[in-house]
Amino acid sequence: MVLVFAESQKGNFKKTAFEAVTYGYKTAQVLGTECVALALGSANNAADLGLYGASKVLHVADAALDQFDGQVYAKVIAEVSQQVGAKVIVLSHTSTGKAIHGRLAARLDAGSVAGVNSIPTVDGGFKVKKGVFSGKAIAEYAINSDVKILSVMGNSLQPAIVGSPAAIEAANVAVPASRVKVKSVSRIEGIVPLPEAELVVSAGRGMKGPENWGIVEDLANTLGATTACSRPVADVHWRPHHEHVGQTGIAIRPNLYIAIGISGAIQHFAGVNNSKTIVVINKDPEAPFFKAADYGVVGDLFEVVPQLTEAVKKFKAAQG
Amino acid sequence: MKLLVCVSKTPDTTTKIVFNASKTELDANGVQYIMNPYDEWYALVRALELKEALGGTVTLINVGPADNDQVIRKGLAIGADDAVRIDLNPQSALSVAFQIAEYARQENYDIILLGKETIDYNGSEIGAMIAEYLDQPFISYASKLDTSDGKTASIQRDIEGGMEELEVDTPFVVSAAKGLAEQRIPNMKGIMMAKSKSLKVVAPAAFEDKAVTVQYTLPPAKSAVKMIAPDNMEELVKLLHEEAKVI
Repeated sequence: MVLVFAESQKGNFKKTAFEAVTYGYKTAQVLGTECVALALGSANNAADLGLYGASKVLHVADAALDQFDGQVYAKVIAEVSQQVGAKVIVLSHTSTGKAIHGRLAARLDAGSVAGVNSIPTVDGGFKVKKGVFSGKAIAEYAINSDVKILSVMGNSLQPAIVGSPAAIEAANVAVPASRVKVKSVSRIEGIVPLPEAELVVSAGRGMKGPENWGIVEDLANTLGATTACSRPVADVHWRPHHEHVGQTGIAIRPNLYIAIGISGAIQHFAGVNNSKTIVVINKDPEAPFFKAADYGVVGDLFEVVPQLTEAVKKFKAAQG
Repeated sequence: MKLLVCVSKTPDTTTKIVFNASKTELDANGVQYIMNPYDEWYALVRALELKEALGGTVTLINVGPADNDQVIRKGLAIGADDAVRIDLNPQSALSVAFQIAEYARQENYDIILLGKETIDYNGSEIGAMIAEYLDQPFISYASKLDTSDGKTASIQRDIEGGMEELEVDTPFVVSAAKGLAEQRIPNMKGIMMAKSKSLKVVAPAAFEDKAVTVQYTLPPAKSAVKMIAPDNMEELVKLLHEEAKVI
């Protein structure tokens, strides 16, 4: 059986969880087994996990699980997986999943691969792939332990509806006390966080100053995209640090990445190279980013960006 | 405080990636190796700052062959007191964590620090694994870590689209993200002193790998960039919709 830990925010299951269940469902098909989801703490729409292929949802409802602690979560997930005899445990490669993944591997003495981006194969043993070296290569791993732990890179597959709402079954597990005291959790409201964003509009030093960001925000708002920036821009505080994408900032993998006035240093590219489509707007035709782009526009961004915003508005209006 | 900093050796991001003939290993010829930046810039420097404020020792640990000594010496030059290298060419994250935990178990460190991930494999697994082997809390993606008494720490950690503030008592394991400290460049005195600092080589404990690399492949070549005239943004929108299908 494939057990998918479906993570939620305040009990709401969203794309991250649906991707993990879709991955678990496809893996279960390869293995000829079933996919079961596991929900911990508050679970408002857990039945939805069935839509993506979970044959049922196991639920540990203990309110103590509403505070996240990787140590507690790993103990609970490990115990449930042993109760049900799970052979593969699937997590999301998120801040939550990463805090659990390694613990499960150590606890269950299981082989693990973190950040997988394709469905495992079983010809000649269990094998699975992930991107390595800043996207410059793909590594294939063989896992030879009885239990296997995988975390799924965000946006590496599309959640697909294949079933109907799942039955929810209580799982009986004692929840140990946490040794971590969470004081506060703050999230920026009203925007899609960068690691989850499908559309990202990002700008760099070519903007010349923070006062010019209005045209970037207009384009992002028109597209329904999240804004991001390059490292130099975050370092001089033109933009907040949580917008910094790149190797030392946040790694993202949106469907569309629009880079405005960013030359495309390798360290920046390392954080965005998994984007499906890259658009580069730069006045310098020699900017290295053009080599990695799908679409390029050489021009003055102060003219090009507002025109692009207008074109998107027209497109949206025509779409109704 | 007794602090342990796990340091890893990674190819520099700008390195051209070439594999051996059987595609099972990176071809080390011509690869520029560095200390993993998250280990060096944030985990190590914050450990040094804690030591400077509260007293104690900062020990480096690395799992790898003798070639790694150069990177370890850099950590000593930046200011760590001593270092340990577990003499093993590791095949999996779990084996690295197992070796570090086996060593740390006897030493009773207050805090074990490491970078949030390595820049080559980005697995972000080792910290959680060490913590599990030692039955300790693990705080990932710390962008602030303060302790006035060396016993209770206040930590801020990055989560998707926000942050979490928490408190935890030592001993614990923590992984470092940007913001935890500022990079330090080793000075000549540090480099000279590093030569006489202890770098202990320890034999690995027995461990059987459960996940191993089978093969590396290169991603499919990217098709050439399509250039769009700057006065024809309608065309770009059309391509994004009809060809790329992303809007």
